[in-house]
Amino acid sequence: MGTITVSNLGKAYKQYPNRWSRLLEWITPGNTKRHNLKWVLQGISFTVNAGEAVGIIGINGAGKSTLLKLITGTTQPTTGSVHMTGRVAAMLELGMGFHPDFTGRQNAFMSGQLLGITSEEVARLMPEIEAFAEIGDYIDQPVRVYSSGMQMRLAFSVATAIRPDVLIVDEALSVGDAYFQHKSFDRIREFRKLGTTLLIVSHDKQAIQSICDRAILLNAGQLAMEGEPETVMDYYNAMLAEHQYQEVKQEVRKDGKVQTISGTGEATLTTIALLDGQARPIDVVDVGQSVCLRIEVQVHSALPRLVLGYGIKDRLGQVIYGTNTHLKKQELVAVAAESRFVFNIFFNANLGPGTYSVQTALVSSDTHLCNNYEWRDLALIFNVLNINKPHFAGSAWMDSRIEITAA
Amino acid sequence: MSMLRAIWAYRGFIRGSVQREFQIKYRNSLLGAAWNIINPLAMIVVYTVIFAQVMRAKLPGVDSTFAYSIYLCAGVLTWGLFAEMVGRSQTMFLDNANLLKKISFPRITLPIIVVANAGLNFVIVFGLFLAFLVVSGNFPGWVVLAVLPVLALQIAFAMGLGMVLGVLHVFFRDVGQFFGIFLQFWFWLTPIVYPVTILPESITSFMVLNPMASVMAAYQGILVNQQWPHWTSLWPTALLSVALCLLGLHLFKKNVGEMVDEL
Repeated sequence: MGTITVSNLGKAYKQYPNRWSRLLEWITPGNTKRHNLKWVLQGISFTVNAGEAVGIIGINGAGKSTLLKLITGTTQPTTGSVHMTGRVAAMLELGMGFHPDFTGRQNAFMSGQLLGITSEEVARLMPEIEAFAEIGDYIDQPVRVYSSGMQMRLAFSVATAIRPDVLIVDEALSVGDAYFQHKSFDRIREFRKLGTTLLIVSHDKQAIQSICDRAILLNAGQLAMEGEPETVMDYYNAMLAEHQYQEVKQEVRKDGKVQTISGTGEATLTTIALLDGQARPIDVVDVGQSVCLRIEVQVHSALPRLVLGYGIKDRLGQVIYGTNTHLKKQELVAVAAESRFVFNIFFNANLGPGTYSVQTALVSSDTHLCNNYEWRDLALIFNVLNINKPHFAGSAWMDSRIEITAA
Repeated sequence: MSMLRAIWAYRGFIRGSVQREFQIKYRNSLLGAAWNIINPLAMIVVYTVIFAQVMRAKLPGVDSTFAYSIYLCAGVLTWGLFAEMVGRSQTMFLDNANLLKKISFPRITLPIIVVANAGLNFVIVFGLFLAFLVVSGNFPGWVVLAVLPVLALQIAFAMGLGMVLGVLHVFFRDVGQFFGIFLQFWFWLTPIVYPVTILPESITSFMVLNPMASVMAAYQGILVNQQWPHWTSLWPTALLSVALCLLGLHLFKKNVGEMVDEL
């Protein structure tokens, strides 16, 4: 079945000091090197097992696309090797090889051929491709009249017409409207259920966390981290906020989860607790229970502005609700050094049953990208149980009243 | 071996690409595919009617109205195939840069597509030319079959040369500029428009060094004089073709990986 084994993969581009040096290198006998190697990827090793889904994240220029190109074989590695088993489908850029003057149908055949699918097979799959792309009569119109979303729909439909053993997806999916994005993710999920191995590059946190078993973080051409999607994603977010004097550290909590802390450290969180109505710390909450999130902050040096933000994340790491004291118009200004503050945040836990985590941020404004004093993921974990409400689905408690009248 | 298997596996892509390129030229014209016939037909009319009837050009030593026209067509049409194949091979990697960078497919299919396309265009124009020979009563008879091995040789030569230039062109863009000029000189230094007999003795001996001269002479002999080619005169070109094909393949295999980085 579909597996990907990447061992010690590296890619370097040759850089010549001037135009003539390459010619000299080619024509002079012997093996005199006249170029320098510019490494864009180095020492990458990982394995994707059959049926596993792995996400690759990293900032622009970290080497994600190069890695995918090496894996799919469009570019050849300088060091190391890639070994893949099973039928591979790669979607590095959708709509490549589409010719604007030909109709969608003709282009479908062409991109099929480019993927190594025979014309007979494309012809057989054509009704399905048409149905999935949902572009209607446009299928027989030249592609030049298509919108980019329509091109993407058609390209995706062709590329996934046959379930591959290994599916490699670049950020391509972010094109297209929300409806089609959902649809394509559903198809990918369906493939996964049937055993397709998935390797996906995305900046979309939600996509990575909801579909992947594992994530790989690339930084400056090196494998910076590999692990649970949420842990890697937290680290990545912290890295994004990285400033000159800022450090990122990860601590393993008692329950085995990894807490990511980053920031410049002018203000830090000292304690965090969830309290019930009697101000007793709890970690199990009933649906709808009124609780208080108590956060103590120690300020180390004088700050012009201090904003506390928090977010409640679900099991998959997606934020269910988040706000901050700036949005609440309660930011602290001209904060003296060595002062301490206690924030009591009262709310009703209108959440569905499950495990939730709290992330906190101490910043100077409402984004954590400028003056991030401390950003803490998984600062607190609590469970929500449904003790006395009728059973319901989902992560929000939005109780309703249903009226039924005979019509 | 794995190359052949890759070509076979992507035969659909090759066929599709050839078909597409053939269709694309006149895609948005009213007459469509008819232009594929009209264009070469016009060319043949120019060479035959204009040269034979209007200019009354004569070929020294042959007393026939159309002799010079046939001589000219025999050279120009086959040279056209040669120039198209080499020219297209030279730019094939650059022309398909986008595909090469984004999609993993056997790169060796690209030269095959170039050859097939040029071949297809040639079949049309040469077919029309043969039809003209039949109509004007100048059809050479069985000896026309000798065109096939000569053509095979010429294609091998063009493929080898094209492959070498194609790979070099990716790394040294001057190759394209240089070869454009070189091809012009080559055309006029090959007896295509003029018969080799008008050249002074001192230059004729240098024709041995021109690998296309013997090939052109073979076509002209077959189509104008109904003579079988002097096979021995083609040997040097054949050897050169094999050498160029091997060199081309070697360069291709060695640099195919690095090529993508340069596009």
